Amino acid sequence: MVEAIIFYMLAAVVLVSGTAVILSRNPVHSVLWLILAFFNSAGLFLLLGAEFLAMLLVIVYVGAVAVLFLFVVMMLDIDFASLRAGFVSYLPFGLILAGLLAGELIVAAGAAAVIGPPAGAPPTPVLTSMAGISNTEAIGALLYTRYVYVFQGAGMILLTAMIGAIVLTHRSRGGVKRQNIARQVARQPGEAVRITKPKVGEGVEL
Amino acid sequence: MQSLTGTLMQPLSESLSIAAPELVLALGAMTLLMIGVFRGTRSFVGLSWGAVVIYVIAGLSLLGDASSAFAFGGLYVADDYSAFLKVLIFVAAAACTVTAIPYLRRARSDKFEYPVIIMLAALGMSMMVSAADFLALYVGLELQSLAAYVLAAFHRNEARSSEAGLKYFVLGALASGILLYGISLVYGFTGTTSFTILAPLMSAEPSIGLIFGLVFIFAGLAFKISAVPFHMWTPDVYQGAPTPVSMFFASAPKAAAMGLLVRVAMEAFGGLADQWHQIIAFAAVASMILGAVGAIGQSSIKRLLAYSSINNIGFALIGLAASTPEGVSAVLFYMAVYLAMTIGSFLVVLSLRDTAGRPIDDIAGLAGLSRTRPGLAAALAIFMFSLAGIPPLLGFFPKFSVFLAAVEAEMYVLAVIGVVTSVVGAYYYLRVVKLAYFDEPTGEILPQESNVNGTVLAVAAIFCSPIGLLLIGPIGRAADQAALAMLSF
Repeated sequence: MVEAIIFYMLAAVVLVSGTAVILSRNPVHSVLWLILAFFNSAGLFLLLGAEFLAMLLVIVYVGAVAVLFLFVVMMLDIDFASLRAGFVSYLPFGLILAGLLAGELIVAAGAAAVIGPPAGAPPTPVLTSMAGISNTEAIGALLYTRYVYVFQGAGMILLTAMIGAIVLTHRSRGGVKRQNIARQVARQPGEAVRITKPKVGEGVEL
Repeated sequence: MQSLTGTLMQPLSESLSIAAPELVLALGAMTLLMIGVFRGTRSFVGLSWGAVVIYVIAGLSLLGDASSAFAFGGLYVADDYSAFLKVLIFVAAAACTVTAIPYLRRARSDKFEYPVIIMLAALGMSMMVSAADFLALYVGLELQSLAAYVLAAFHRNEARSSEAGLKYFVLGALASGILLYGISLVYGFTGTTSFTILAPLMSAEPSIGLIFGLVFIFAGLAFKISAVPFHMWTPDVYQGAPTPVSMFFASAPKAAAMGLLVRVAMEAFGGLADQWHQIIAFAAVASMILGAVGAIGQSSIKRLLAYSSINNIGFALIGLAASTPEGVSAVLFYMAVYLAMTIGSFLVVLSLRDTAGRPIDDIAGLAGLSRTRPGLAAALAIFMFSLAGIPPLLGFFPKFSVFLAAVEAEMYVLAVIGVVTSVVGAYYYLRVVKLAYFDEPTGEILPQESNVNGTVLAVAAIFCSPIGLLLIGPIGRAADQAALAMLSF
């Protein structure tokens, strides 16, 4: 009962904030609504017992992707008002497409209910003694043992991507003033201070 | 051969010793990267030669016990088949690293990352040919592709190179997506991604979903070997990318992806040969025809070589379409000779520079090469005659062995189309030779600027010349052994 209440609450907030993402006039507000939608979806995952996915959603999507969106939206000077100009004229066409998709989904779901689950070999569990430990622990136990080869391979892919991004974009510009701490520390009072005796009524020449 | 279930309890140290070549390459690439980061661009030449040393070490680590072995819980397999392809990959990668030095210096693109990225690509290719599971396959393929996208755009100040990089990236990402979708379908309908577990499941009547997955996987892999109808990116990318990079694209990744395709087809989907046979046969015929016809109108040498590589992939696919041990062995033999011919042809292109030092890419620039640079013209003639498959040059024999495999598998139509298209293809190869030997020179061509390039070019030319026939025996035997090792699953 409590679960049902929480589910409907989270689901309602996801729907409302999802609608608000596309309806709000200010793009920054859209991103903030998106973050709210992510948080509530994470709550839905928690309800399903998938706490690892919930954490991933918060860390990756809220922590990285949404903040990146926010940066992009704030840095790019896009006139969103002009992008929305044709909204009303496109509305009927969009509604027709949405209706078609919804109809297809209903037919597909109905057909699946009639036919039943597909035949075929059931997935073979890799480790059998998985009862009683959390999702995170189970994924960790597999990721760093059985799939360590793929995991390290993914690491090499990220390294390649990083090198590639630097090779293709890094430029060393001339005339950049960099801080040289050793030189700063080694500076003597004689180089930095100049004692002058200005006469009354005259300024100092610097 | 050890059993797959036994590998689940395998200690990590044993897995690591089986995967020694990959370990050497990964650590080597990171070491080179660190040296480059601290010493800067001036370490470019030193790092390139250091990379060659690492390839040699990785190659030597392939020696040792010859039996097949699984590692990392059945994700990785080391057998004669993967060893054969790894030798090809390492040799091609080493050649592409050192012969690029003068070109990249002239173009002011001599950044130390070049040998590092080539080595990361080689690591990915080596993972591809050793993959015994779709997960490992995908990771290796992605590593190789990502490195290749960066290499294509390596001349970042040149619009053409950036365009090539972008085009390759977008289409490559699409192909990866298609491949991944196929893998997920196969996983969904069988419950496993391991080739060895998949193989016995294939004998029964396949479900529609499984066949869909198979088609998507083959489409994704066909993109990587640039077989028609997934070839569109090839001419543009080869033309836009820096010439040494085009040479790399046309050589090592082709061999790796071909090896991967053969392993997936024969090992994982061996029981569904009736289903994939028509896909491969169609891709072979279409690649041969389009490669032969498309090259005729080209005026850029690099585009011509791109069509030539499409054409050659078609011939190699005939061997796979035969789906016999002889066919697989013929594919391996074909790829070994193809690599030498392609690297040689691109090296000729690399050494063509006009008096201002600019690289020549127009076919007309070859006119009268025999008078200005007789040695280079002779090498070019050897490669062109060899690519056209004219005996007694080496290029004839792999073509002969794939046709023989097709005839023995009673695929006469495929063999006949192959012979006809190789005659059509001979036209444009011979046109290049005619330009070089019988036309009046239009301009001066500068002499070879690097002894290393000259040496590699000479070795490739000697390999493709009739002297190379002495090597047919050892290579053929190694290819036979490799094919049998892979098929003994």
